Amino acid sequence: MHDRNTLSLYVHVPFCTSRCGYCDFNTYTATELGSDVRRDSFHEVLAKEVRFAAEQLGRDRKVSTVFVGGGTPTLLGSTGLNYVLAEIKKSFGLVEGAEVTTEANPDSVTPQMLAELRAGGFTRMSFGMQSSAPKVLQILERTHTPGASVQAARWARDAGFEHVNLDLIYGTPGESDDDLIGSVEAALSAGIDHLSAYSLIVEDGTALSRRIARGELPMPDDDVCADRYELIDDRMQAAGLPWYEVSNWAVPGGECQHNLAYWRSQDWWGIGPGAHSHVNGNRWWNVKHPVPYTEKVLAYAPPSAGSEVLTTDDLRLEEVMLGVRLAEGISLAVVDRAKVEDLVAGGLVDPASVSNGRVQLTRAGRLLADAVIRDLLANQA
Amino acid sequence: MPGPQPGSTDPSVIRNFCIIAHIDHGKSTLADRMLQVTGVVDDRSMRAQYLDRMDIERERGITIKSQAVRLPYLADDGEHYVLNMIDTPGHVDFTYEVSRSLAACEGAVLLVDAAQGIEAQTLANLYLALENDLTIVPVLNKIDLPAAQPEKYAAELSRIIGCDPADILLTSAKTGLGVRAVLERVVATIPAPTGNADGPARAMIFDSVYDTYRGVVTYVRVVDGRIGSREKIAMMSTGAVHELIEVGVISPEPVLSKGLGVGEVGYLITGVKDVRQSRVGDTITTALRGANESLGGYRDPKPMVYSGLYPIDGSDYPELRDALDKLKLNDAALIYEPETSLALGFGFRCGFLGLLHMEIVRERLEREADLDLISTAPSVIYRLIRDDGTEYVVTNPSEFPDQKIAHIYEPIVKATVILPSEFVGTVMELCQQRRGVMLGMDYLSEDRVELRYTLPMAEIVFDFFDALKSKTKGYASLDYELSGEQDADLVKVDILLQGEAVDAFSSIVHRDKAMAYGTMMTGKLKDLIPRQQFEVPIQAAIGSRVITRETIRAIRKDVLAKCYGGDISRKRKLLEKQKEGKKRMKMVGRVEVPQEAFIAALSTSDSPKK
Repeated sequence: MHDRNTLSLYVHVPFCTSRCGYCDFNTYTATELGSDVRRDSFHEVLAKEVRFAAEQLGRDRKVSTVFVGGGTPTLLGSTGLNYVLAEIKKSFGLVEGAEVTTEANPDSVTPQMLAELRAGGFTRMSFGMQSSAPKVLQILERTHTPGASVQAARWARDAGFEHVNLDLIYGTPGESDDDLIGSVEAALSAGIDHLSAYSLIVEDGTALSRRIARGELPMPDDDVCADRYELIDDRMQAAGLPWYEVSNWAVPGGECQHNLAYWRSQDWWGIGPGAHSHVNGNRWWNVKHPVPYTEKVLAYAPPSAGSEVLTTDDLRLEEVMLGVRLAEGISLAVVDRAKVEDLVAGGLVDPASVSNGRVQLTRAGRLLADAVIRDLLANQA
Repeated sequence: MPGPQPGSTDPSVIRNFCIIAHIDHGKSTLADRMLQVTGVVDDRSMRAQYLDRMDIERERGITIKSQAVRLPYLADDGEHYVLNMIDTPGHVDFTYEVSRSLAACEGAVLLVDAAQGIEAQTLANLYLALENDLTIVPVLNKIDLPAAQPEKYAAELSRIIGCDPADILLTSAKTGLGVRAVLERVVATIPAPTGNADGPARAMIFDSVYDTYRGVVTYVRVVDGRIGSREKIAMMSTGAVHELIEVGVISPEPVLSKGLGVGEVGYLITGVKDVRQSRVGDTITTALRGANESLGGYRDPKPMVYSGLYPIDGSDYPELRDALDKLKLNDAALIYEPETSLALGFGFRCGFLGLLHMEIVRERLEREADLDLISTAPSVIYRLIRDDGTEYVVTNPSEFPDQKIAHIYEPIVKATVILPSEFVGTVMELCQQRRGVMLGMDYLSEDRVELRYTLPMAEIVFDFFDALKSKTKGYASLDYELSGEQDADLVKVDILLQGEAVDAFSSIVHRDKAMAYGTMMTGKLKDLIPRQQFEVPIQAAIGSRVITRETIRAIRKDVLAKCYGGDISRKRKLLEKQKEGKKRMKMVGRVEVPQEAFIAALSTSDSPKK
């Protein structure tokens, strides 16, 4: 599965206009950063790390996927994003048919901006829709209006993007089954070919976790989340977008190649503050805060904050940990047959897949993927 | 030391007395003042609770082991007296030790808090003292407190002991007020000891303490004859002979003596290393020309309550064994044997005199050996009769038969509760719930009542005292003594996880209460055991009959969202942490139960606070 020829690039843009109540990502508002980091020239810093990366890696490896995430990448504007992509093309080169995605906030794009991104070489747009229910968006402290995401996705289609994704969050306190069904149907109506749906995770230190601790909002219930997951899965399957990863559904051929690279333990280089990289069995991660990150890159010093060399055991563990989440599953040969049989008996692994020499999860198994992974890896280093 | 010397004291100037008091009524403070008034401790060396040796005693304000202090006292009549103050344990668990201390005295100072009145245990000990024909010196203490009601409680005391309220002394041990008057009364009213000075030596052991450096220190009261420091002594219950290494008195530091004569109180050191070789209540005589008849009253300490003690960390088992072996040297009543539990691993089945004893042992083990322990619910001793008439004894629910048995006898106690009259209804209800049978009720004063009940001991060891305290805002006091046994309809309730019994949770209860126990335990476990990948039934059963059932529903969702920014390392570390957590799980069949669940399920019922 490990393909040495593919290389993916992740680019992190650590800016947001405001911080959403549930978010613990590495992102900063203008007031949080002050004047030490300039948003309007940050694309130059990113481009500089791209050059640095290419020099480190040698120029013989072309990039097959690029994913710009955040934060809110569109705060760099189409000019800034295209600038970074141009640098990637120049320093590494893109393979034929490469997938180039940027995330975007639904209310920060315009048809014109989308057209410029498409012209600059972006092939895929991913919008954080989260929900179509106003009360849910309000609890999540999202600033966009319910219709903005669907509108943005349609504009992206119109601008020539073949691949458009919407992100949903389910299990938000106050969300009803009908709210969720409404969100899924609204997303499908936008003509997308990919949907990601994540159950809300209450991360420590977020405004949401404080509100729950104060008793203002109930903690999302796991059983309700499981029900919601099944609602989503039923509708996506029926609409012709089957699951290909635990939290991702796509029209066949519309799977996010960048995403798959992660789950298949392929090589990627992370550009930007806090970004993680995985190349040839090494992992490292950049300094998290944009200010010291920028200082290092401008001084042409490696911006990494730490690294690890993966052992054979680590690699095997990761192969199971990541691969099991994919519809394609993992090879039966890498795990203990008896444990797989137990999981089949428990209804978590599809017996048909085992006959074909693979370990693929049933829907119940997808919902218990972490438990399956623990079972498969029990009594190992 | 001025006045009469140890070993050659005329019995006519000796006064042997003890102080009977409830916890917190000021006994240790009064003892402190007596040390100062008689001058054996100067003000500079004085410290609070001078005589209490163990940290636990100081912290909890209770006396576990008694002591005897020789106080030379120049009385108002110009005579030099010797006062031997024998400290008594103040708790129902140690009634036998109290009775031996009382047997060493001719009189007792009855010390009662002037703001609270007499408490049940004090009353019980007072009756013990009266049975032993002791002269009582009644004292109301803490009269400096704003809440003190000396008139009211003097009336109460005078009614109980049948004296004139005017004869009751008033003190404040804290300020020292009235302390000398107590000593004068001791000299004037408590009889001097009498005994046959020329007869064979007989001395009663009223305490026996292990000292790391000296071995066992035995406290005795000489009744007849004389014990010389160069003699060999014999224990009359066993005939064992020991060489005397040292004889002396405590005043309040050890003072060597050439011997102890009639009426004197002091200590002996023989070099034995285990208090079991020098037991409270035994009679000591001389090895040569010794007495033929013991003083009587000796009894082996018998455990009344059993519980399993387990180290929370299984690898601490050897440390627990060593700590018990060490504690045993100082505690003749403690018994234990190894026990294995499916749920808790390796531990010990321990027998205790009562709940306080149990708690003290556990606390000492945790404190002195730095162990974290978990104890199973306490059990009493059941006598079971088979159909063929043979009998056996059960102290552990796991030994209790599943099938029907001809008779089961459980120990019962006579309990005395003293409480404000406003709580009588509530407490009667509580006793009713605990299968109590009322024996009588008396008004001690217009708003204080003494209730007497027969109760199954098993109902008391559970959480009776806690319930009593909470239902009476802490005003009720409790005393009880074993008063035989009764035939009872008892059953063992097992708790099953997915059909497998978990030994640590089995309990012997009355048939009428089986359902309540089952519901409580299954409900508790339902909340404590994490959901598994499959449904887990939790059942309570009597034999093969299931009486109540809860279900832990199968977990449906256990999956994390995406890897943020490709942070696979974080995900792998989380997984490794989860795998570590899995190792700490105990497997009951296929069910993973965290150690903490066992601890939490047992904890609410295993630590009665006294």
